[in-house]
Amino acid sequence: MIAVRVQAEPFDLAAEATALTAGRTDIGALVTFTGLVRDHGLSLEHYPGMTERQLCAVADEACARWPVLAGTVVHRYGDLGPGDPIVFVAVAAAHRAAAFEAASFLMDWLKTRAPFWKRAGDEWVAANASDDEAAARWGGLPGDREPG
Amino acid sequence: MLYFAWVRERVGVAEETIDLPPALVTVADLLDWLATRSPGHAAALSDRSAVRVGVDQDFAGFDAPIAGAREIAIFPPVTGG
Repeated sequence: MIAVRVQAEPFDLAAEATALTAGRTDIGALVTFTGLVRDHGLSLEHYPGMTERQLCAVADEACARWPVLAGTVVHRYGDLGPGDPIVFVAVAAAHRAAAFEAASFLMDWLKTRAPFWKRAGDEWVAANASDDEAAARWGGLPGDREPG
Repeated sequence: MLYFAWVRERVGVAEETIDLPPALVTVADLLDWLATRSPGHAAALSDRSAVRVGVDQDFAGFDAPIAGAREIAIFPPVTGG
């Protein structure tokens, strides 16, 4: 019910949102989040296969936790410039609470569990402890494993 | 074996095919053994708290078994979004 895509190509925010709700009369709330590259360009590496597999698992988890009617997750990889959209999450539901919460859940998971690695210039970007704290509020997330 | 981000850079290759010694039972055993393969492997694996592991495309703890695994990946903590 939530479609996931991993791609190098840009995406069109308006087109993604419109496609999600076209012809539907049961959707009362559509929450969209777009992450943009700040300040400097980035290069993103990912783990083809595992990324899609884990994204599908978390999308299923979101649908199990909230009454989601439709959704889209797009995450880009490759070289991105300042201001470029890097990630898109859209969740449609009958009412806003489920849409807001499911979108937030998906983003927290993407920041902390999706196998992507950012490189800025010559430096690999380090994982951010505040992202882990944000993700902790959801309890267990798919992919949770602490090193032994 | 697959390596990503700075783990790949330190090991020096993105992937390698290895027949693992049967004595290796867990992910931790594998990391200990891999670290002896080359100075690059040793450098990549010197700080175990800085690496994460995927076994057949699922996250795996260091105590996870590796028997029968076909694809094992080692990478830094993720930084997506």
